[in-house]
Amino acid sequence: MKIHEYQGKAILRDYGVAVPDGFPAFSVDEAIKIYDKLDSKVVVVKAQIHAGGRGKGGGVKLAHNRDEVERLANEILGMNLITHQTGPEGKEVQRLLIEQRVDIAREFYAGIVLDRERQQYAFMVSTEGGMEIEKVAAETPERIIKEWIDPSVGLQSYQLRNLVFGLGLQGAQIKNCIKILNALWKVFVEKDCSLIEINPLVVTKDDKVIALDAKINFDDNGLFRQKELAELRDTSEEDPAEVEAGKYNLNYIKLDGNVGCMVNGAGLAMATMDIIKLYGSEPANFLDVGGVANAETVANGFKLILSDPNVKSILINIFGGIVRCDRVAQGVIDAMETVAVKVPVIIRLEGTNAKEAANLLNNSTMEFLVANSFEDAAQKSVKAAQEMK
Amino acid sequence: MSILVNNETRLIVQGFTGQEGSFHGSQMIEYGTKIVAGVTPGKGGQTHLNVPVFNTVAEAKIATDANTSVIFVPPAFAADAIMEAVAAELDLIICITEGIPTKDMVTVNEFLKNKNTRLVGPNCPGVISPGKAKIGIMPGFIHKPGSIGIISRSGTLTYEAVHQISNNGMGQSTSIGIGGDPINGTNFVDALSLFAKDDETDGIVLIGEIGGTAEEDAAQWVIDNNFTKPIVAFIAGRTAPPGRRMGHAGAIIAGGKGTAQDKMAALKAANIRVVENPAELNITMKTLLH
Repeated sequence: MKIHEYQGKAILRDYGVAVPDGFPAFSVDEAIKIYDKLDSKVVVVKAQIHAGGRGKGGGVKLAHNRDEVERLANEILGMNLITHQTGPEGKEVQRLLIEQRVDIAREFYAGIVLDRERQQYAFMVSTEGGMEIEKVAAETPERIIKEWIDPSVGLQSYQLRNLVFGLGLQGAQIKNCIKILNALWKVFVEKDCSLIEINPLVVTKDDKVIALDAKINFDDNGLFRQKELAELRDTSEEDPAEVEAGKYNLNYIKLDGNVGCMVNGAGLAMATMDIIKLYGSEPANFLDVGGVANAETVANGFKLILSDPNVKSILINIFGGIVRCDRVAQGVIDAMETVAVKVPVIIRLEGTNAKEAANLLNNSTMEFLVANSFEDAAQKSVKAAQEMK
Repeated sequence: MSILVNNETRLIVQGFTGQEGSFHGSQMIEYGTKIVAGVTPGKGGQTHLNVPVFNTVAEAKIATDANTSVIFVPPAFAADAIMEAVAAELDLIICITEGIPTKDMVTVNEFLKNKNTRLVGPNCPGVISPGKAKIGIMPGFIHKPGSIGIISRSGTLTYEAVHQISNNGMGQSTSIGIGGDPINGTNFVDALSLFAKDDETDGIVLIGEIGGTAEEDAAQWVIDNNFTKPIVAFIAGRTAPPGRRMGHAGAIIAGGKGTAQDKMAALKAANIRVVENPAELNITMKTLLH
């Protein structure tokens, strides 16, 4: 789960991490009120979206007075911000963060993420603040200092010193930075995070260390025990169909193609997307219906897939183990009676009672194509989509 | 021989009296797996599906000489259930549970170090040696005893592969679902090591997906250890967009790493036959074996 920068900073503030003074604004009026409240002549007007690269995209601007705040808030609020992380369609800016401008002496990177190869969390810092960490890792990996946290003992003081002295900090900066890095780890552990990135972490001219940006992602598997975090979710940053899918307990991800698919199992769902492409079309979505494939599930699946106007055919690929194929077939038949499906539906059912399922489908008055193999299903659904043009 | 589970398996089901534990417990019994005990805290002393239930894994092991456990416990309690089974010194633990917080598994992983217990999973369908024992939720009837070892991060895609193999005159020695999580107890390399020593296994089907480096590690292991049994691989997720979690917690392309293309290239470099079409696993395997 992702949250906005201002929400991340609020969490950091709670844990004693120095962040710039600032508040979120949902309207131009609010932005101006905040400017008046802040003890700073110069402020930064920052677009709040769940993507990076906002500065380069024109979503982060300096305002030197009240008029400029008004003008910039007007400009940025409601803009369609396109960054290298939003995709070409961009994201509409619905929230702003108005914060004091900080006097930056140096910029660093600090981040915590799971190192899957080591199977441990890694704390990374780098002198190359403000750059994409993947770029630094690719071009100048020696500029990244990494400490892996041993799960049996946790983050140790010597590791914090390795990180901070590795950045070349001096004097009061050292203590200030150690305090922040320690707090970041505390947040990471207590909130079940999957990623924390402070980019940049800045040192000011008077040796303060401040988190100028805050990106905090949470482990979806941990949310059940992080009830307060659920309130931070901004569904307007997510695809509406994907939000809808969550309500049905379905795993749906919208893609760009025109062959919709409904599958049980994430691996099989990905393989189905792949085979569609192999046969000449593009998948319109990923949809894992999980272990339950009854009429309600199938109907909801149809609704989700059909909410995408690009869809020209739908492939249902179910491998029934515990799930009985004839039950799924009946579910599909029933679902098609409640949802108007105006595109060709291709069904491939394999596993328990597959033959009974095929009979049910062939004898039904509903119109669909019954596939006799994985390949046949892909071919039929691609052909149907191409013919629908 | 097969690997990990066989006729000597004496199984404890943790979470036995719950919905999942009960249903799959009865399916496993039907298949012929020797379930010797169930564990549900608070229900010790009861009998369920004709099997004695105990309060703790330790008690169950002492009473029944169990050597294996399968875990059907909800995510909030699953890591603890795994550690309980490890502490009881079982040989093998298979954790079916999906949704365990990553942080918990980092801890479990540490706990497993220097212990004699192997963990498979979590978030996996289990392990089956056809004709001998089935531990997990896979449909037994699609499997046939034979000489193909299957190692997969998936559930139903594994069944797809098994189905193809069984229908093409071949069978499986053991099919092992290693699961879809970023942190797991047994990876491709571990399974390959076991299959390398198994006389009953002549060929391997490896099913991977986007995210992490498990497939790349497997490719390197094959090169370093001169593994000569033919391997056929399929990597799901060529069409997956970056940065999105595709169902499985571990199926995510992060920071440009973990793409299907990179994995396929690494496997090909180790002389592993990579199929682009998931419908062709059986044909390719058959070709390689003969």
